[in-house]
Amino acid sequence: MSATLTHPVDQVPMPENQGESYLTKGKGVMSWLLTKDHKRIGLLYLMSITAMSLLGGFFAALIRLELITPGGDLLSAESYNKAFTMHGVIMVFFVLIPATPAVLGNFMLPIMIGARDLALPRINLLSWYIFIIGACFTLYSMISGGVDTGWTFYTPYSSTYANSAVITAALGAFISGFSSILTGLNFIVTVHKMRAPGLTWFRLPLFVWGNYATALVQILGTPVVAMTILLVAMERLFGFSFFNPNTGGDPILFQHMFWFYSHPAVYLMILPAMGVISELVTCFSRKRVFGYSFIALSSVAIAVFGFLVWGHHLFVSGQSVYGGMVFSVLTFIVAIPSAIKVFNWTATLYKGSISYEAPMLYAFGFFGLFLIGGLTGLFCANVAVDVHIHDTYFIVAHFHYIMVGGAIMGYLGGLHFWWPKITGRMYPETAGRISAILVFLGFNLTFFPQFLAGYLGMPRRYHAYPEEFQFWNIMSSAGATVLALGYTLPMIYFTWSLFAGKKAPANPWGAKGLEWTIPSPPPLENFETIPIVTEEAYAYAPEEDEGDEVKHHV
Amino acid sequence: MAKDLQLFPDSASIGAAGVDANYLYILGVSVFFAVGISLAILYFALRYRRKSQDEIPKPIHGSLVLELTWTIIPFLLAMSMFVGGTVVFFRNYHAPANAMEVFIVGKQWMWKIQHPNGVREINEMHVPLNRPVKLIMTTEDVIHSYFIPAFRLKRDVVPGQYTTMWFQANKVGKYHLFCAEYCGTQHSGMIGWVHVMEEADYEAWLSGSIRGETMQQAGERLFNRLGCATCHKADNTGRGPTLVDVFGKAVKLQNGTTTLADEAYIRESVLKPASKIVSGYAVEMPTFQGQISEEGLLQVISYIKSLSKSAPAGGAAASEAPAGKKGGN
Ligand code: HEC
Ligand code: HEM
Ligand SMILES: [Cu+2]
Ligand SMILES: [Cu+2]
Repeated sequence: MSATLTHPVDQVPMPENQGESYLTKGKGVMSWLLTKDHKRIGLLYLMSITAMSLLGGFFAALIRLELITPGGDLLSAESYNKAFTMHGVIMVFFVLIPATPAVLGNFMLPIMIGARDLALPRINLLSWYIFIIGACFTLYSMISGGVDTGWTFYTPYSSTYANSAVITAALGAFISGFSSILTGLNFIVTVHKMRAPGLTWFRLPLFVWGNYATALVQILGTPVVAMTILLVAMERLFGFSFFNPNTGGDPILFQHMFWFYSHPAVYLMILPAMGVISELVTCFSRKRVFGYSFIALSSVAIAVFGFLVWGHHLFVSGQSVYGGMVFSVLTFIVAIPSAIKVFNWTATLYKGSISYEAPMLYAFGFFGLFLIGGLTGLFCANVAVDVHIHDTYFIVAHFHYIMVGGAIMGYLGGLHFWWPKITGRMYPETAGRISAILVFLGFNLTFFPQFLAGYLGMPRRYHAYPEEFQFWNIMSSAGATVLALGYTLPMIYFTWSLFAGKKAPANPWGAKGLEWTIPSPPPLENFETIPIVTEEAYAYAPEEDEGDEVKHHV
Repeated sequence: MAKDLQLFPDSASIGAAGVDANYLYILGVSVFFAVGISLAILYFALRYRRKSQDEIPKPIHGSLVLELTWTIIPFLLAMSMFVGGTVVFFRNYHAPANAMEVFIVGKQWMWKIQHPNGVREINEMHVPLNRPVKLIMTTEDVIHSYFIPAFRLKRDVVPGQYTTMWFQANKVGKYHLFCAEYCGTQHSGMIGWVHVMEEADYEAWLSGSIRGETMQQAGERLFNRLGCATCHKADNTGRGPTLVDVFGKAVKLQNGTTTLADEAYIRESVLKPASKIVSGYAVEMPTFQGQISEEGLLQVISYIKSLSKSAPAGGAAASEAPAGKKGGN
């Protein structure tokens, strides 16, 4: 950050004599499979997660095709149930949870804090292998009969009644959990130990804060779900009784344990994406973020409070009324930090210098979708309303708005933003903008009708449904087509750009942040000499203009 | 059901209005914020679009006043939503004492409905207009969820537990009944209808459908057939305590505690007699696990209830019993 970038775009001379790019240093498959370089590991994740998302998308397509007509005509009930289970398991455990931290975080986090790698590079590689083993288990469950429990694996259906490959699939999720734990651990150690001199906590880019909060949740929450899955497996395999009421177990206990992790897990998916958004908004409005510490600390607040609200998934499951009341109020409280973030991002735009490159369009899309997702969370937090909408399409719409609308918009925005840095190539800008707009429109067309169908009473996980819901389902399936197109485009032009894209300069966006001070693609060791940080994050304006804490402003 | 496009579900119970009021309130607030924020973003995006490549806007660090404003106002709004929802939730949760009872047993993949007078139905439930109805529900296998959108109500049925819900229908008609908790292959086939009928039609339907015994009579028959009667005698001369006037009362247990004799307690006494021993008695009662169905159990319970003259018609316990109470151990 020593080079004050007042003039963006191509102005920073490529530092010469820096080490060779991480892409060319080391050739052959083995140099990738045994790499300890965080950047290459990030790319390994990128490829595996993209493959998994294609598979998850395939199942989504089956679901949407089936639901075009009210009758169960395309798939049998059993295949339909297996399709939505596979869709959920793959998307949650193998795409949404790892996407932003394991790809973008892995690649950018060390560079953003001025480090040469993560603190534990071998563990980093190990976590990718664990992820792959987990994925293999899940894929194996798919070909060895499939699973039909839903991604929530509720007992006693999953533990006693389902006769499908529950154990293999659950073990897949269990194993991939360890990969999350290790990545989280690695991030925490790295952020504590490896920040460049001068990079104090409150100078950290917000993407680092987002990943840090995520890592906290990963190491605190994931062991609980791991245990829960293990208990189900023991019950199925050895006849232990934890969740089977006929032998003294308690089926609801499972739901408590499952959501104790899985509610925080939903924040796992969104927190790093929120971090990305902070980077995008500041860069494309050339302004420091409004209320830096409020955004940073709200991530931590979300991570902490997120552990106290699991009971909102059990409002109708036989939890006491008072339990319902307490979880309702806590859930309303956890909505506030998300609101604070949105307000601060909006305020960042005020008097900015805003440009509309594809990453920024993704950020705008994120605002729209996350807003709707977060606001509909309020409906779910209201116990009286939730009794009605629980387990209907309203919930399906709510969490897709957040997890797909929010988290994937953030991930794709970040991928566009850092693509030049990662690959040294520019993606085609127009195509990027088109895809951002298609995703936004397609998404709304797919999921907005589901709010209406849900409030009308259409239950989720239905293979066939009464005719009066058909209109909304047709809209939804039509939207899914547009959405699929929007998601496919980047895969095509990103791949194309690897071969034919314009060469990227070190800092194509005129962005602040240490990652933009090194060449694109970065050299193997990231920094020739470890930088010394002398300014805050997002110091777009020259020093002298700064410092007037604008209290009266706005 | 209307075939034309609906935006809002039918509403057919007195509890539905409160839920809809909450829904519309949150909807109003949400639309206000969604539109307000979106317009602000759009306005800023256009008004402050980059005009020249080298412009550097003046940085703004933040404003404590604004931060407090947009923390406190949403917080207060959220709390008002919390209060509104909780009030309606409590009201919709506690059944009035005079509610008539209907018993529901879920099983993969059907709903079995029993009325106290012995009428049984599958996937159809007939209820009278303007009378509070309390459902006492359980399941033979996995968790299901009894969902009636027109009443804005649902409640999971959990193996080993009795859960309850109540409503008072206020519009005659035929309404959807769904299973809302995924329960296996034919989950989406576990659906049916709720028929809300005028009192007179309902009575006619009831008397037209009666075959054989009432639930209480069926329970009495089971009570004798399973041999309960040999140990539980009305005059308290058997090896077990008399069951006359037990239901709805506090029972003293051997370990010194007391417990309320509600549906869940009787269920447990029959299936796991050893887990709670009545003070002054030995562990003699055999378990009837496997010998009695969930429906049979409900019949025996309604027979035992009928032995308690003081127990209100609705059965004191079930509505108050915290539903989260474990039926198991
Ligand atoms: C072999 C004799 C025997 C038989 C048969 C028997 N019980 Fe019991 N029952 C007992 C004894 C002894 C107790 C008291 C000790 C205890 O709580 O387990 C008891 C307790 C109970 C209680 C708790 C009573 C209270 O005052 O709290 C209920 C309810 C009950 N039995 C119902 C039944 C039903 C229903 C059946 C038939 C399905 C049945 N019993 C069959 C001996 C028997
Ligand atoms: C910020 C990111 C959020 C994410 C990632 C998220 C995600 C999810 C997911 C995945 C589910 C459903 C899981 C399932 O049943 O399969 C869910 C349900 C729920 N969400 Fe959110 N949500 C978020 C925000 C909120 C907010 C802000 C609120 C409240 C104000 C909220 C309240 C709820 C409630 C109460 C439910 C349970 C509804 C039910 O199943 O009946 N959520 N959310
Ligand atoms: Cu949750
Ligand atoms: Cu079901």
